[in-house]
Amino acid sequence: MAINYIYPVYEVVRNASRCVNCKICEKQCANGVHKFDAKNGIMIADESKCVNCHRCVATCPTRALKIVKSDNTYRENANWSAESMKEIYKQAESGGVLLSSMGNPQPLPVYWDKIVINAAQVTNPSVDPLREPMETTVFLGSKPDEIVRDKDGKIVDNMTSQLKLSTPIMFSAMSYGSISYNAHASLAKAAEKLGIFYNTGEGGLHEDFYRYGKNTIVQVASGRFGVYKDYLEAGACIEIKVGQGAKPGIGGHLPGTKIVGDISKTRMIPVGSDAISPAPHHDIYSIEDLRQLVYSLKEATGYKKPIAVKVGAVHNVSAVASGIARSGADIIVIDGFRGGTGATPTRIRDNVGIPIELALASVDKRLRDEGIRGNVSLVVGGSIRNSADVIKAIALGADACYIATAALMAMGCHLCRSCHLGKCNWGIATQVPELVQRLDPEEGCDRLVNLVNAWTHEIKEMMGGMGINSIEALKGNRLMLRGVGLNEKELEILGIKHAGE
Amino acid sequence: MPKEGEVRIPSGCAISGIFSKSGKLTNGEKIISSIATMHDRSNGLGGGFAGYGIYPQYADFYAFHIFYDDNEIRKEAENFLYKNFFIVNMSMIPIRKTKKISDEPLILRYFVKPLDARLHETNLEEKEFVARMVIKVNTTIKGAYIFSSGKNMGIFKAVGFPEDVGEYYRLEEYDAYCWTAHGRYPTNTPGWWGGAHPFGMLDYSVVHNGEISSYDANRRYIEMFGYKCTLMTDTEVIAYVIDYLCRRKGLKMEEAAQVIAAPFWTTIEKKPPEERALAEYLRNTFSSLLITGPFSIMVGFENGLMALNDRLKLRSMVVGEKDDMVYIASEECAIRVIEPNLDRIWAPRGGEPVIVTLDKKEDK
Repeated sequence: MAINYIYPVYEVVRNASRCVNCKICEKQCANGVHKFDAKNGIMIADESKCVNCHRCVATCPTRALKIVKSDNTYRENANWSAESMKEIYKQAESGGVLLSSMGNPQPLPVYWDKIVINAAQVTNPSVDPLREPMETTVFLGSKPDEIVRDKDGKIVDNMTSQLKLSTPIMFSAMSYGSISYNAHASLAKAAEKLGIFYNTGEGGLHEDFYRYGKNTIVQVASGRFGVYKDYLEAGACIEIKVGQGAKPGIGGHLPGTKIVGDISKTRMIPVGSDAISPAPHHDIYSIEDLRQLVYSLKEATGYKKPIAVKVGAVHNVSAVASGIARSGADIIVIDGFRGGTGATPTRIRDNVGIPIELALASVDKRLRDEGIRGNVSLVVGGSIRNSADVIKAIALGADACYIATAALMAMGCHLCRSCHLGKCNWGIATQVPELVQRLDPEEGCDRLVNLVNAWTHEIKEMMGGMGINSIEALKGNRLMLRGVGLNEKELEILGIKHAGE
Repeated sequence: MPKEGEVRIPSGCAISGIFSKSGKLTNGEKIISSIATMHDRSNGLGGGFAGYGIYPQYADFYAFHIFYDDNEIRKEAENFLYKNFFIVNMSMIPIRKTKKISDEPLILRYFVKPLDARLHETNLEEKEFVARMVIKVNTTIKGAYIFSSGKNMGIFKAVGFPEDVGEYYRLEEYDAYCWTAHGRYPTNTPGWWGGAHPFGMLDYSVVHNGEISSYDANRRYIEMFGYKCTLMTDTEVIAYVIDYLCRRKGLKMEEAAQVIAAPFWTTIEKKPPEERALAEYLRNTFSSLLITGPFSIMVGFENGLMALNDRLKLRSMVVGEKDDMVYIASEECAIRVIEPNLDRIWAPRGGEPVIVTLDKKEDK
């Protein structure tokens, strides 16, 4: 029906004088955009199938291709954007929930960009990281309340199990299933090389990756896919996933088409069945239930692993965090509303949750006001885009940051936000073997290592500039931050002063 | 212009200290001549001294030195003191009027003991009670400021050059086994006496030269435990950190030094297993109390004195010894001027504490 017709958003522009009909674009595009027109002897494109993933652009040997935004337009309307109109047409046709992938793309405020960092001048010296030690090692986990001495007066080591990170960056949860075997392999190898951690997500742990256990955080989500004794024991830390920034309040959904082969085995569910994790954990309807799950997991693993609890950043996140801190958890993970996902209802992704900057600031303050900040470590994600975001997060009060979207980009993701379609041309968010093999785990690992090393380098430079030579001294050091263009309320919540003050 | 405490004021400085291991008393004039030698390291906006062993006649009482803006505030604060303490003696602190010291507040001295009833009521250990009361006065009674609260020790400070401050407080009338002194070079004009050093909490007194870059990380952590950093100065937060680690957590002074100037991880890794485990434990447990940025500090405590530099040694500090005497100062000249014939003089390495204590715990 004509009213359902939606003009393609992107146009594939091919420079005919450069195109040599090599057909690489045709082979590279899993969406079937490119085709050789034998009759006319030219390559043609069906841009209606294009998701703008840039695979063809990047692999075209003659630089003949580019993707541009279509200038096809509806009558302009400041209230009814073209996007809103198209969504109406789609839903009127399908009667379904709109699906999206990756993080919230709406033009909501990015507070990181309104915060600036300090540097030392005259009254104290900046420290040169090329010439002086600059420390980024972080330990995550609860710290002891009391110093206990033995009969000889020696301090007894009553430290609970900790995670030691060489730099305050970890790879956030992405399940095997939502991303490919090769993507998981890249993350696991990189975490080991870097001395940090990656996170299995809720899809269990492939048997090949048990050997990266000491750099692995295993997740226990509401579906409990792939959770059993060996799995819990395999990781260095167990993360209970209560919520995710991209979709707080709802569970995950991996379509049956992705539940194939090893994924079915790893998740411990039949091939082809949808993996639908419930919205809540059905054994956690309240905070005291969480405490029981935390201690069940500690009992199951002999108190040898810290337990993390991950929640989406929502309105009452500071009260939630306070509850978690008192539940016996060792690490609180907060995921902001810009965090990514492999599939989520669009409305939820774009409208539910709060910015991580505000959530972090208010949680850190609340835990300090209650005197329990030392009981837990605080990890934030969703979305951390660069080393300056990391610095700002730590100065606001985080112990470490989780990155996932940035890690995917390091492996090749071009943020086309079509993960839910399962045809990722970069071999990341797909289970199609021919596509998966496009991502070489060695190369993926190297690029992840490069990214984190580059950020760490920048973190050291900025720390040195502030005259700080150890990351601990940056944690919660909010005087090192100033706001620009923020109102009084925003500054109050962030606990920072305005630039010039 | 905002007052001290309303704005963070970084400052450079001079420090000097004298300690007799045998407990021999030194007259206050000596410490004045030492700190006066480093006149150029101060700018007239703050000077002060701490003396230990100066009040033997009231050794069992907490000596409160208090600044008041006026008599009304004094009444209010004294009412508070009466309700919580038995006051055995109170007087104006003797001063010598001089043109170089102006805008003086009322300065009073009280020798006090907590009332048993109040200790019982609050169910607090004595020192904790005193500390809380001091913080309460300083944070809730505007215009009253308890700047010294230890036993058998006292802090004397003012806005001015340290040698003038010493003359003003008639330090030649006091003898101490341990003296510390401070000349301040703030980069802003505070004009408030409370902002001068030393900064004290119970028996601990801190003089400090530097500007720490970890300030807000340390402040926000320590404030979880009932401390309120009202002055926004480095010295105040350092004093609270020492009090927290040593008194509340029971760390020894050398262990506390390992927290605030923690060895680098690479250094820790090279230590023998037992030392390594302890160093890692302390650094991890109290990671938010690591102090970075340049500092040289002297911490006076009951029967002892600790001097410590930041890990990179970004501030000068030298230590000299002659017989049982130990001298510590920002510059060697400040030691030579009072003791030209030293047995030994050296610059301690960054992060390596120099701790001296009385030879035998002398019963007072």
